[in-house]
Amino acid sequence: MSLVAIRDLTVGFDGQAALRGISLDVAPGEALGLVGESGCGKSVTWLAALGLLPAKAMVTGSVRLAGEELLGAAPATLERVRGGRVAMIFQDPSSSLNPVLRVGAQITEALALHQGLHGAAARAEARRLLDQVGIPDAARRLDAYPHEFSGGQSQRVMIAMALAGRPDLLVADEPTTALDVTIQAQILELLAALRRETEMALVLISHDLGVVAETCDRVAVMYAGRIVEEAPVEALFERPAHPYSWGLLGALPELEGPRRRLAAIPGGVPEPWAMPPGCAFAPRCPRRDAGCDFAPPAPRSVGPAHRAACLHPARAEACLA
Amino acid sequence: MLRFFTIRLLRAAVTLTMVVTFAFLVLIASGDPADIIMGSDAPPEAIEAFRQAWGLDRPIWVQYLSYFSAILSGDLGRSMRDGRDAIVLVAERIPATLALTLPALALKLALGIPAGIYAALHRNSMADRAVMVLAVAGFTIPSFVLGLLLVLVFAVQLGWLPSGGQESWRHAILPVITLGIGGAAVLARFTRSAMLEVLGQPYIRTASAKGVAWRAVVSHHALPNAAIPTVTIIGFMVGSLLAGAVVVESVFSWPGVGRLLVTAVANRDLAVVQCILLLVAATMITANLVVDLLYGLLDPRLRSGKEG
Repeated sequence: MSLVAIRDLTVGFDGQAALRGISLDVAPGEALGLVGESGCGKSVTWLAALGLLPAKAMVTGSVRLAGEELLGAAPATLERVRGGRVAMIFQDPSSSLNPVLRVGAQITEALALHQGLHGAAARAEARRLLDQVGIPDAARRLDAYPHEFSGGQSQRVMIAMALAGRPDLLVADEPTTALDVTIQAQILELLAALRRETEMALVLISHDLGVVAETCDRVAVMYAGRIVEEAPVEALFERPAHPYSWGLLGALPELEGPRRRLAAIPGGVPEPWAMPPGCAFAPRCPRRDAGCDFAPPAPRSVGPAHRAACLHPARAEACLA
Repeated sequence: MLRFFTIRLLRAAVTLTMVVTFAFLVLIASGDPADIIMGSDAPPEAIEAFRQAWGLDRPIWVQYLSYFSAILSGDLGRSMRDGRDAIVLVAERIPATLALTLPALALKLALGIPAGIYAALHRNSMADRAVMVLAVAGFTIPSFVLGLLLVLVFAVQLGWLPSGGQESWRHAILPVITLGIGGAAVLARFTRSAMLEVLGQPYIRTASAKGVAWRAVVSHHALPNAAIPTVTIIGFMVGSLLAGAVVVESVFSWPGVGRLLVTAVANRDLAVVQCILLLVAATMITANLVVDLLYGLLDPRLRSGKEG
């Protein structure tokens, strides 16, 4: 059984659709990458799942965590799930920590909520967590304020805070985007190591395919509020089926071979108020035909555990050329 | 810390000097105290004698210097009107003014802050709009208009409360409300925007994502951050405890510092005016200093900035 099962999740803001029907499963312990460009709904999916969107957001569909429905669940249920079963870390670690509270207090708050630890026991556990995420001199740093940490260290603190609830799933929303490349690699390594140690599942939201390739087992590619392709990481990199995925891969530089111009996908993402009636990618797609404008294509199998929402999926690497 | 205080004290001294100089120039330039106090039909010899007695016949810069050196030695001068020490005249009036401004401050805080927090938490609701409309009305109506309006309704029409004077606590009700409403309105708007700013910050989302209940997110994560900008405006209100009631005291014939100031200005009673201005400036400066210290207490980022 999947740990999280999302079915037909839609989100609208002021009548504009941000998510247009997402179905996605996360298995216990797996690392799933969620890629796509800004605004395609990667973060919104998980904020909606945890009930963290502003009240004006219209959410429909179903999000089940180990069978328990989260959409419309009572506040007490959501508070137990948030941080306790599903933890989340964010893009900008420095502003994600409360500037007026010591980091120790912010970690022990989560420990009190989800593990019932208080006082010296909570402090000892917070110290252990800071140690675990690689903050040197953890005992002293518990009393420091967020502004005394660098960006990379702040993200480590965020991760320690996320681990405090011993979650089954960590959703990392662009966790390295705001960081230097070297720090980026360290954080990804930390996430991979923690996953091995704790066996928690990881959803890594990123616009960077390279980051996902390094860390994840499986990838879901999102475009304009829908999942357009889902595949094991190797399959996606070797045999991308959806034309949008080829485009994303074609825009990656290669380490070997002759230097070439990076391919850009022509055109832009359609605005939410001007969505085409058919496939949202059709206006930019080299394989478009009349059928593509009829209705959004349903995902179908193009290989083992590999599905693409395209009427004309590619089956050969030739498309990359 | 010592450096911080030294700089603040020097700055305070400069401010006070400027206040004294400015008031001196304006009062001297705008009319001769001898004419005003003795009356224009007084015999010329009497006026001349008065001018000599108070040193008004000397060149202006000599008057200024002698006045200034007197202040430095702690002598704030005597009233030209009845010859009493200016400081005593002013000190007598302070309790009356505080009897209005302290309850008014409490009213501002008790109304303004909860209203602002409530409006921010229920943004765009009917309650939010109602609070904001009232707030705009509250601080756009000048206090003398509001004061007269309240007198008209509660003293003249309904006859529930006295319209002026200082005989009992009931006399203080209307002036306190008049003073309090404008400040409460300002504070409500300020608190609301500070809260909205904070509620939009990523760390609020982090707290929710960690499983903290919304009430605790507000009280534990949002309020301490929103307090930082709000303290500025409260400090300003504390700073105007002595001088903030000039108009209202006049409307309600309340014998406080404000009314003394109005009379003293009309009489060109230099020493009294200067004494009040110095006192007001000193309260403002002290309030600002306290606000700065509070910032350090509320915001760890500023604290380490000062130490480092």
